[in-house]
Amino acid sequence: MATTSVQATLAAATRDGLLRTPIPFRGGGFAPSSNALLAVAGLGSFLVLWELAFAMRWVNPVLLPGPIEVAQALWHLLITGELEKHLSASLYRIGIGWALGAVGGVALGLAIGLSTAARSIGIPGVSALFPIPKIAIMPILILWLGIGEASKVATIGLGVFFPMAVATFGAIDNVPRNLVRMAQSFNVPFAQVVRKVLLPGALPGILSGFRISASIALLLVVAAEMIGADRGIGAFVMQAGNLMQTDQLLAGVAVLSMLGLLIGIGLSRLERALLAWR
Amino acid sequence: MRLVVEGVWHAFGATAVLEDISLTVDASEVVVVIGPSGCGKSTLLSIVGGLLQPVAGTVAIEGAPPKESLNPITFVFQDFALLPWRSVRDNVAFALEHHALSRAERDRLVHDALARTGLSDFAGALPKQLSGGMRQRVGIARALAVSPAVCLMDEPLSALDAQTREILLEDFRLIWERERVATVYITHNLDEALRLADRVVVLSRRPGRIKDVIAVPIPRPERTSEAAAPELARLHNRLWRLIRDEAIAADRELALH
Repeated sequence: MATTSVQATLAAATRDGLLRTPIPFRGGGFAPSSNALLAVAGLGSFLVLWELAFAMRWVNPVLLPGPIEVAQALWHLLITGELEKHLSASLYRIGIGWALGAVGGVALGLAIGLSTAARSIGIPGVSALFPIPKIAIMPILILWLGIGEASKVATIGLGVFFPMAVATFGAIDNVPRNLVRMAQSFNVPFAQVVRKVLLPGALPGILSGFRISASIALLLVVAAEMIGADRGIGAFVMQAGNLMQTDQLLAGVAVLSMLGLLIGIGLSRLERALLAWR
Repeated sequence: MRLVVEGVWHAFGATAVLEDISLTVDASEVVVVIGPSGCGKSTLLSIVGGLLQPVAGTVAIEGAPPKESLNPITFVFQDFALLPWRSVRDNVAFALEHHALSRAERDRLVHDALARTGLSDFAGALPKQLSGGMRQRVGIARALAVSPAVCLMDEPLSALDAQTREILLEDFRLIWERERVATVYITHNLDEALRLADRVVVLSRRPGRIKDVIAVPIPRPERTSEAAAPELARLHNRLWRLIRDEAIAADRELALH
């Protein structure tokens, strides 16, 4: 009965020419998604434009070779084994430097997260040394350790050490204290609280520290190789520049881009595997 | 065996939080502590459970706790305090792993605790896959697994919605009928207090003092019956009269701070 009368009133209201304003939709936007087709199209048009600029001689071809030239140079590097020679030297330095810096940084970060003494001394120390561009201390590292591998590895290690320490103690501080109290309320011993509560709880923060420090390591290996090395992607890019071999140079840059991309993908996989609980 | 709290005082800096709290909890007794927000209820529980050192006073267990008790004083937390990277089963096992138990013995204790809280089907689930009520059941299972002599429950239902709360209240009652664990239960909810308590301890606003202790003389299983309603309503009014002015004053104090 009630429904019918409401409908009747409504019908009457419309019939009598009463104002009927639809509520306009205003909730759109602010929710961008990604479209694979657009992504391919964007990258494709960039390459086409680049090749066009080269083919039509809009720019000096010595200064900017076309994408096809660069791809050819890259292919040549691959089949002659040049790429492997330089890449393996760079990867070796990144691997050792990053591993040393990361282990040390996580250890210091953990100490800062657990002990008053380490926190009191460590935080001002890290704050003072973190902002120094590590490439600026490479000359003194060369004087101390020689021009060989050690000074390059040490530069990368130092560059990785500080951000890892900061990421780790921040991550430890962010583990909810109620989980620690819970563990204490069950009389869980200190070392097990660290191993079973603090470290797994800090893992997301430590892994994002990995991401930042990996890109720092990539930056530093190239810079270090430009200063004094005959092997390594950085040295190769530098030599190519000195010889005006811009196609070689850009091929080296492309390798660095792919290396960065691969490291990022690897870390994303690691995060997905280790942090499935989030 | 009984829990004895004697002359506990506490302060955070210059702010007095608890004043001269003394109470005893007998074996298999449920004592509910109520009081306005900020009155130091949770602080008191932390002190009782040895997670906070009081400025003065002592907390002790008189007599030996049962032999099978692995963790005589055990907490159930308001926010559940589950390790999000561990499954339900492993969260319960967490309370046992550092004890000298064989693998089989530990598995049996975990299995029992899950069965007693109706969680057997969820043993492999992660906390994020569970509702709030199920998460708190994991908290209870973890506590039961160590056979506590005294269970300390810090507003265990206040993070849950009203219906889930009602369901868990019934579960708590059944668990108590079976396990008979002495319990100190903190809440600000008068109905919860009257459903569960043998005695209700009423704290004043900060600094918390014991204002009154009220016994609830109705057997727990009968408290949802209609026959008990008038008596419970009378007790409810009595508690509310004790708390009302304190709660209003506490509210105003919080606003001014």
